[in-house]
Amino acid sequence: MTTDKTNSGGIEGSVARRLPDFFRWITALGAVSAVFVLGWIFWEVFEEAKPALEEYGLGFLTGAHWQPNRDRYGVLPFLVGTVATAVIALLLAFPPGLAIAIFLSEDFLPRTAREFVRFVVELLAAIPSVVYGLWGIFVVVPLIQSLGTWVTERFGHLPFLSGPAYGNSLLTAGVVLALMVLPTITAISRASLVAVPRTLREGAYALGATRWEAILGVILPTAAPGVVAATILALGRAMGETMAVAMLIGNSSRLSWSLFAPSGTLASLLANQFGEAEGMQVAALMYAALVLVALTLAVNFAGEAVLRYTERRTAGIR
Amino acid sequence: MPDATTTLPRPAQAGTSPPGEMPGERPIISVRDFNFFYGKNQALHEVALDIPERQVTAFIGPSGCGKTTLLRNFNRMNELIDGVRHTGDITLAGRSLWDPALEVIALRRLVGMVFQRSNPFAKSIYENVVYSLRICGLRDRALLDEAAERSLRGAALWDEVKDRLHESALGLSGGQMQRLCIARAIANRPKVLLMDEPCSALDPIATARVEQLISELKKEFTIVIVTHNMQQATRCSDQTGFFYLGKLVEFGTTAKIFTSPSEKRTEDYITGRFG
Repeated sequence: MTTDKTNSGGIEGSVARRLPDFFRWITALGAVSAVFVLGWIFWEVFEEAKPALEEYGLGFLTGAHWQPNRDRYGVLPFLVGTVATAVIALLLAFPPGLAIAIFLSEDFLPRTAREFVRFVVELLAAIPSVVYGLWGIFVVVPLIQSLGTWVTERFGHLPFLSGPAYGNSLLTAGVVLALMVLPTITAISRASLVAVPRTLREGAYALGATRWEAILGVILPTAAPGVVAATILALGRAMGETMAVAMLIGNSSRLSWSLFAPSGTLASLLANQFGEAEGMQVAALMYAALVLVALTLAVNFAGEAVLRYTERRTAGIR
Repeated sequence: MPDATTTLPRPAQAGTSPPGEMPGERPIISVRDFNFFYGKNQALHEVALDIPERQVTAFIGPSGCGKTTLLRNFNRMNELIDGVRHTGDITLAGRSLWDPALEVIALRRLVGMVFQRSNPFAKSIYENVVYSLRICGLRDRALLDEAAERSLRGAALWDEVKDRLHESALGLSGGQMQRLCIARAIANRPKVLLMDEPCSALDPIATARVEQLISELKKEFTIVIVTHNMQQATRCSDQTGFFYLGKLVEFGTTAKIFTSPSEKRTEDYITGRFG
């Protein structure tokens, strides 16, 4: 890329002429250091995890027991917990999140009321994670406890609903995570819905479409890349969320498939154990961190691929 | 304002024209004493005109003169904007557009529209064309196929896309996209086709194709076209209305408007003295 010569046209002096170059270097520095820091983090985690990598190999991923006192480390229960809580959170948050986004992108409310609701929803993202955790302890834990008792008594023969029911459980963490990722889904979906050109909306109306036909048949498909991006970001956030999950999930290292059983995630494992870990446990935790990073990266790569695919399908509209 | 209408022969009351008249003589759209407001801003003043069936009627005039506003009233598209209102009436085949028994959805199926910038949906070429039929609930594959071919042929696009009907419409060229939008607009056989500067984003070759298409389409449809291009108006329209500052200054056959306009302002505009 060449610098834009016309920018400095008319201005004398080498400083003015060099200014575009100077800005370019600053921006380049920013970009390069972001890549560098990412590499550094990866390298550091990898180095620290090395002893555990050499000791346990890939068996670490499939091992169902995490027993520091016997130096037995398997991360499977936490892997399952991480994916399960994130999936529960998305399943719970996606339908209302998208519904709110559609509601706020249409003129159902006067503009000021719409802006107010949007602000409130986005404010959900500003609440610190630890506050969500506290709220979860006081509100969601007792709720899930009583719901779980009722459900497990009746449907306990299903593996996903087997008892005994605990308040601090997989479902509790999933419910609170759903609230935490809702604003992400809503804000990004809304932005992409609003960005759908007015001409497309008018095109649908001009062909005799009703509002809902236009939304579902034309507007939503056009905004699909943004909605996909919102979902991926939400998934990434749900998988990496630490504090609230550590406060609510019960932090059990036992592998269980029940929604009402205490569980653990990779992030909550790290938060709970790293402070008192030593020796091989540190290496094992770093290995778990590596798995978490790999997992979130995989989600982001997959998301990027989906995003590109949907974008290709809607390219050229804007 | 009265002076806008005095130059017009007082149009016959809609629906009273004797039956059996030649196509092209009978008005399909009649505008009477029409005023239109965006909030406090009056965009149209006392407009009255008759649009004959199966002819091309062009609206010309400088930007902001109200020609697009009037066009977008014919399918009630302006009602998507907050705070608009009108007085007077517009009738389609003798029936008011605001007749409570006539739903706006039904109206828009009778009055199709092609926009200034082509607006294909993020769907295949085929699904774009049959969109209006799909939302009517038509499922029969054979009927959809037939409608798609007929409409694409009607829009002179069939030969170019027949082998890739199920590819994305967004891979077409600008001119092809605009013809696709025409095909989509005629798929459910409307009575009237509104065109809002349909060639303003096209190159000269694509423009020529669309203009040729317009003269083909008028055999079946009544066309109302808004254009900034006066050559275009002379090339493809039968009637021309000149709008200025929200008033219909002059309305008549295109030949008359462009060769011997009765209004000084019309002459000034078409000879390029302002606008």
